Amino acid sequence: MTDQLLTVNDLHVHFSVPGKGILGRSRILKAVNGVNFDLRPGETLGVVGESGCGKSTLARAILGLVKAAGGSVVLSGEELVGQSLKQLRDKREHMQVIFQDPLASLDPRMTVGQIIAEPLTTFYPKLSRDDVRARVKNIMSKVGLLPNLINRYPHEFSGGQCQRIGIARALILKPKLIICDEPVSALDVSIQAQIINLLMEIQNEMGLSLIFIAHDLSVVRHISQRVLVMYLGRVVEISDRDTLYENPRHPYTRALIDAVPIPDPVKERSKQSRLLGGDLPSPLNLPSGCPFRTRCPSATDICAIEEPQLREIETGVQVACHAVD
Amino acid sequence: MTLLDVKDLKVSFETHDGIVRAVNGLDIQLEAGETLGIVGESGSGKSQAVLGMIGLLAANGRAEGTVMFKDRDLLSLSKADMNHVRGNEISMIFQDPMTSLNPHMRISRQMAEVLQLHKGIGFAEARNKAIEMLDAVKIPDARRRVDMYPHEFSGGMRQRVMIAMSLLCEPDLLIADEPTTALDVTVQAQIVSLLAELKRDFNTAIILITHDLGVVAGVCDKVLVMYGGEIMESAAINDIFYHAAHPYTQGLLHSVPRLDNIDAKQLHAIPGNPPNLLHLPEGCPFNDRCEQVFDRCKHEKPHLHDIGSAHSKACHLESLP
Repeated sequence: MTDQLLTVNDLHVHFSVPGKGILGRSRILKAVNGVNFDLRPGETLGVVGESGCGKSTLARAILGLVKAAGGSVVLSGEELVGQSLKQLRDKREHMQVIFQDPLASLDPRMTVGQIIAEPLTTFYPKLSRDDVRARVKNIMSKVGLLPNLINRYPHEFSGGQCQRIGIARALILKPKLIICDEPVSALDVSIQAQIINLLMEIQNEMGLSLIFIAHDLSVVRHISQRVLVMYLGRVVEISDRDTLYENPRHPYTRALIDAVPIPDPVKERSKQSRLLGGDLPSPLNLPSGCPFRTRCPSATDICAIEEPQLREIETGVQVACHAVD
Repeated sequence: MTLLDVKDLKVSFETHDGIVRAVNGLDIQLEAGETLGIVGESGSGKSQAVLGMIGLLAANGRAEGTVMFKDRDLLSLSKADMNHVRGNEISMIFQDPMTSLNPHMRISRQMAEVLQLHKGIGFAEARNKAIEMLDAVKIPDARRRVDMYPHEFSGGMRQRVMIAMSLLCEPDLLIADEPTTALDVTVQAQIVSLLAELKRDFNTAIILITHDLGVVAGVCDKVLVMYGGEIMESAAINDIFYHAAHPYTQGLLHSVPRLDNIDAKQLHAIPGNPPNLLHLPEGCPFNDRCEQVFDRCKHEKPHLHDIGSAHSKACHLESLP
């Protein structure tokens, strides 16, 4: 286990939701419900699932931005769950995050130079101004921003460039892990490709681990080595990328992959896809047994009674489904 | 007869920084039952073009040209006449179903209002029609759900409500502006197959605005590719995907990662940033991002010209499709 950068074990995140009326008892929403996975140094793990499946909450729990209700998150051998804020802050030097909305995640009243330098000056307040400036300029050119734009403000940049600023800010501390929460979904397709290429280049160069959260399965296939599929706060399948896409075992994974439109008219129109019916059930009122059974084409009696556990069915392939042998 | 015949449509906005030309001479022909995809990135003018056609521009916007719908020019209609066309003969679905529904009104009242206004029928009858239509777009338990408020529906269900509402008067033309962008892939697939069924069952002509080439591949008969307010390429669906002639179309097709092609080690990104309509380059609007740019592109604007049957492009490059 020592060669893992990050180990997440039985992680739970609960939110309390006010009940109806004044006297209504508050209810517990289990946004992340017993998630296990690990991440090797230099690896990219894709996390996919529909909106509301808990993938962003998982990311926030790993970063310590929401409190975990139980379980453990171990980064480089150090437990993060249950640490005080101050202790956590020291650990955050090694894990950074890139958010979805590039402009909203940058302070409009700070210059690009100040934004990118902030993590550096927080962790190393003794660095000289010249040193900080040199490092900021260096990282700017690495992410494809002209270093002479260092005194501009975020609103002067386009969405793709703002995302580059966010990436530079995440990189400046040379972290071991970057969590990317839908980093390209707000960008135009031509710009998306630029940012994905940039992330892959930087990862190669710096040996980073990435957790790449996205709802676009094509993007995830392109960038990840392993992929984790979430449904209603649970992991339903986790496996090597090619195994997952070519031979999805869980009916939900299969449905997700089937639903992705292919930009090729002949292939797309001849596709025999079974559409997934219905919507995500309310996470406050989960179905008994397997959470996916209400939409599952191969659900049987046992699925309503017993919740399937995530188990390894061959090396590197873990699935939580009764119907999979 | 051509259902919709748009000639030389121009849309411009007066702003503090000067006049912004969002659409610069757009031609569209659409027959009944046909589906046209308009593809482009932000700032390409794709949304403003259709808003201009149906008179929904912001107050500082102006549309010029002719928009012949059946036998009338929509741009010359009075406000009252246009109100009668919109929602009745032409309907529109927007990207965000939550902000296009009134949160204070039950679905039944919002839907009945359309019929009461355009068809002059009573509430009870209109409500029944609304239930039928919700059934048609596969909302389960429509009879009960028709009296709910928008927030009681999920995103995909709300988009179905929008589609049901837009179909109440059986329009001849349905305009869908990024109808699936805010939705999950599984729900997107449901909505796309629903649109395809509608086209078959009602013979509705559809204009589908999107940036998702996969969605276009699934439902459209022909495609317009726009950039910087101009048409770059216009062709039948297969020509766009298999014989793309414009460098921008080719760039778009190569920049999306594809589930069916995993060999690509690196995505082919289009360099540069999306166009700023206030500072479009001289000559071809795409010239500052084009990898095959040459001298002529920088001072002479290419005009849309035929390069095959129903296939045209605006580019100086001589290409063999």
